[in-house]
Amino acid sequence: MRGATHTRAIGAGRHRPHALMQHWRRLRRDQLGVFGLVLVVLMVGSAILAPWIVPYDHTELMTGGRLAAPTWDHPLGTDQLGRDVFSRLVMGGRVALQVALAALTAALSAGLVLGLIAGFGPRWLDSGMLLVLDAVRAFPVVIFALAVVTLLGPSLWTIVLVVAITSVPIYARIVRTQTQSLRNNEFIQAERALGAGTPRILAIHIMPNVIGPLLILASMDVPLVITMEAGLSFLGMGVQPPTPSWGTILNDGFNHISNSPWPVIAGGIPIILTTLGFTFLGEALRDIFDPKLRKDV
Amino acid sequence: MWFFLARRLGLAAAIVVLAVTLLYLMIHAVPGDPASIILGPRATPELKAALRAEMGLDQPLPLQIAGFFWDLLHGDLGYDVFSDRPVSQIVFERLPHTITLILTSIAWAAVIGIPLGCYSAIRRNTLIDKITGVLSVSTIAIPSFVMALYALLLFAVTLNWLPAIGVGEGFLGRLTHLVLPAFAVGISWVGYMARIVRASMLEVLGENHVRMVRAFGMPERRIITHYALPIAIMPTVTLIGVGMAHLLSAAVFAETVFARPGVGSLIVDAVDARNYPVVMGCVLVTTGLFVIATTLADIINGLLDPRTRESL
Amino acid sequence: MAGAADPLLDIRDLSLDFASPGGALHALRDIDVTVPRGRIVGVVGESGCGKSTLASTIIRLLAANARIVSGEILFEGEDLAKASEHRMRELRGARMSMIFQDPMTALNPVRAIGEQMIDIQHRLPGSTADKRRRARDMLATVGIPDPDNRLTAYPHQFSGGMRQRICIAMALLVEPALILADEPTTALDATLEVQIVDLLKELQREQGCSILFVSHHLGTVTELCDDVVVMYAGEVVEAGSVREIFHNPGHPYTQALLRCDPGRIREATRQLPTIPGALPDLADLPRGCIFQNRCPQAHDRCAREAPPRHRVAEGHTASCHLLEQTEEAPA
Repeated sequence: MRGATHTRAIGAGRHRPHALMQHWRRLRRDQLGVFGLVLVVLMVGSAILAPWIVPYDHTELMTGGRLAAPTWDHPLGTDQLGRDVFSRLVMGGRVALQVALAALTAALSAGLVLGLIAGFGPRWLDSGMLLVLDAVRAFPVVIFALAVVTLLGPSLWTIVLVVAITSVPIYARIVRTQTQSLRNNEFIQAERALGAGTPRILAIHIMPNVIGPLLILASMDVPLVITMEAGLSFLGMGVQPPTPSWGTILNDGFNHISNSPWPVIAGGIPIILTTLGFTFLGEALRDIFDPKLRKDV
Repeated sequence: MWFFLARRLGLAAAIVVLAVTLLYLMIHAVPGDPASIILGPRATPELKAALRAEMGLDQPLPLQIAGFFWDLLHGDLGYDVFSDRPVSQIVFERLPHTITLILTSIAWAAVIGIPLGCYSAIRRNTLIDKITGVLSVSTIAIPSFVMALYALLLFAVTLNWLPAIGVGEGFLGRLTHLVLPAFAVGISWVGYMARIVRASMLEVLGENHVRMVRAFGMPERRIITHYALPIAIMPTVTLIGVGMAHLLSAAVFAETVFARPGVGSLIVDAVDARNYPVVMGCVLVTTGLFVIATTLADIINGLLDPRTRESL
Repeated sequence: MAGAADPLLDIRDLSLDFASPGGALHALRDIDVTVPRGRIVGVVGESGCGKSTLASTIIRLLAANARIVSGEILFEGEDLAKASEHRMRELRGARMSMIFQDPMTALNPVRAIGEQMIDIQHRLPGSTADKRRRARDMLATVGIPDPDNRLTAYPHQFSGGMRQRICIAMALLVEPALILADEPTTALDATLEVQIVDLLKELQREQGCSILFVSHHLGTVTELCDDVVVMYAGEVVEAGSVREIFHNPGHPYTQALLRCDPGRIREATRQLPTIPGALPDLADLPRGCIFQNRCPQAHDRCAREAPPRHRVAEGHTASCHLLEQTEEAPA
């Protein structure tokens, strides 16, 4: 009977080593996916390595002049205070990455917890939670964010909070659905009869099944999160100067748009590259791992 | 049909109630004197007193919320202590501009996106289909405010073809002032709608009842317009209704970039000024718009599909 | 011999493949079927034998990966296998119409049935009012009560049996020469099945059209059809008049089918007979007779060569080596 404790979790992936190679091969065939992967690696890499790869200190006022057009020295020109735009953008990538990681981690955790509660808990709790989640999801995100900012004041962490809250419903829903469907599963009931506690059931049965879809959704949410951070910072509601954020750089550029088009042009580029990269990659990954998530096959 | 409508309105009311409760809770969740928090550092003692009286901040919370609802039912959205005007007046004088922008954006996106989606479904895997696919994903990915900024830069600032600021006057004036903002807000919707329509069209065209009318030799065009599209369009209608949330968010940016005096730019200014009553008024109005949009979408779908009219 | 004996539909040596990642599936092979004018011909066989595919091939409503490899489908003298899509569209809903298997999904859910019935008359002359009247009359003929008001009703407001009657009404409304009925009673319960069969018999007698009736239910075929074709795994294994086939089955498969038909079992028994084994892989067909691995009377020759068509009696053929003594039927 000892061997029987090594039960295979329901639907647990067959993690043979060469399954990963299979996925990689499939990804390679999707041209857009590969393109997306390249962009993602580029953007994430530059964000992580930012302090070491920036040509100039992003706070330093250059002697080249203000709002200068791109030159060899300053490939994306300088901003209204004379700082090198390229360096600021690279540092801005760090902020974007920070926000994305923090917000998504928080949202995933909260979503997991809430989803489990809704799935395992009594009916009324589930219905109530669904209603609240749907209402939160219904809110125009930016407007909701603005309301929060009014109260808490603009800052990086306000953004993280808002973004996290708006992302929670979808994650919670997935966890809840998975939990509910497994709750009455005979396998689980058998395990319970054998004395398995809830944590064990969670770990072996729920987690493997939700991790995949959650991670894929999260990776597809990254562009949304980054966009929101940039957007709110653009409106002046997020990251405050002198911290560089793609949104604030765009805002500065916008305020001086009649003097020089370059900051605006430059500011949009990393946002576009990042969102395109993550979107293409996310779609390719979803096609590979779970075509059911596709909303438009 | 009436039961169905009543249920939808009930759901809508629930959302509004939730919104209001949340807004009030947030005020009190933050540590400190609510009046100071709401009015920020600029608050003078008189303004704070006025706000306290206006919002009833000294009363117990349930009473505050109830009071707010009572006022809401009378069309009173509160009072702006800074400008000395009722919030409803401030918000409603700007609302038409926002609605115009949103409707125009979704209209042009639908006019292009829906036929494009149909075409992609019929001519699957052709060059046009594949190009549309890539373009859709790309335009969905690019944030609307970046699009707005680039559009402003290219067409207004650099080329000077279209105006950069405001809503304009007269029919033609308003129209030219709408072009760039509506473009920025609507562009991602073209691709989005094309994708959704393509998917539902493909699904419907594969169904038995379409096969049946084909077996009667019905011309393909009639099948598409009269037998497939009415069914395939329904998910898109729902999505537009729900997408009102996204459209409102996009409108905030578009109005800021193009300096249009709508609810979006109003809320940004109000947040800047820490003017919470106005912010709350805007949030409520936009929530109301959202609720109207989703209800309208459901009604349209009810008209399209006789089965839903009877579902209880 | 010409003229009166000219069949309405004459299928000769029809072969059809489906392209698939694992290789071509030979779904239909050397099919010979004849449907005389004004007769009802049944096509019977178990699921997967290709009978529905045959019906779809005649009207050329096949999946994109289907390909007619060889053979002719002579309909009123014209070869449908080679006809253009445009020509097929002219024939569909005019000279031939189809009744589908699942009435629950065959009608468009968002259009009133009256509208659909008027729409399908798009090639017939007359005003919309004329077409509405014809639709209404046909509804009455197929037994829909209160037809005037029901024209504005939607499909979901009808039961399954009613919906199938509506589909039959639609098929007859265009006054076709040939009706392809693809298992029209399979989705209905037994009492409804009887009603539908009676309805079809009566209407066919009145209108004089031909019907190709596809079914896996032998009892229904006996009731309704004049001639029957037995199919197995994409081939026609036996064909003849209903009386001949059922009293004197020549092919072991037909014999087995008759044995298994619950309606024909005389003694009380606890276990219903079945045919052991499974259908062959259509991508990898065995050499020799297609039925060899399930045939109780299979012998060496069956594995070596495919049996030719033998003549069992007048107008009755079967493809089995055991019928060697009888003459080979002309191709």
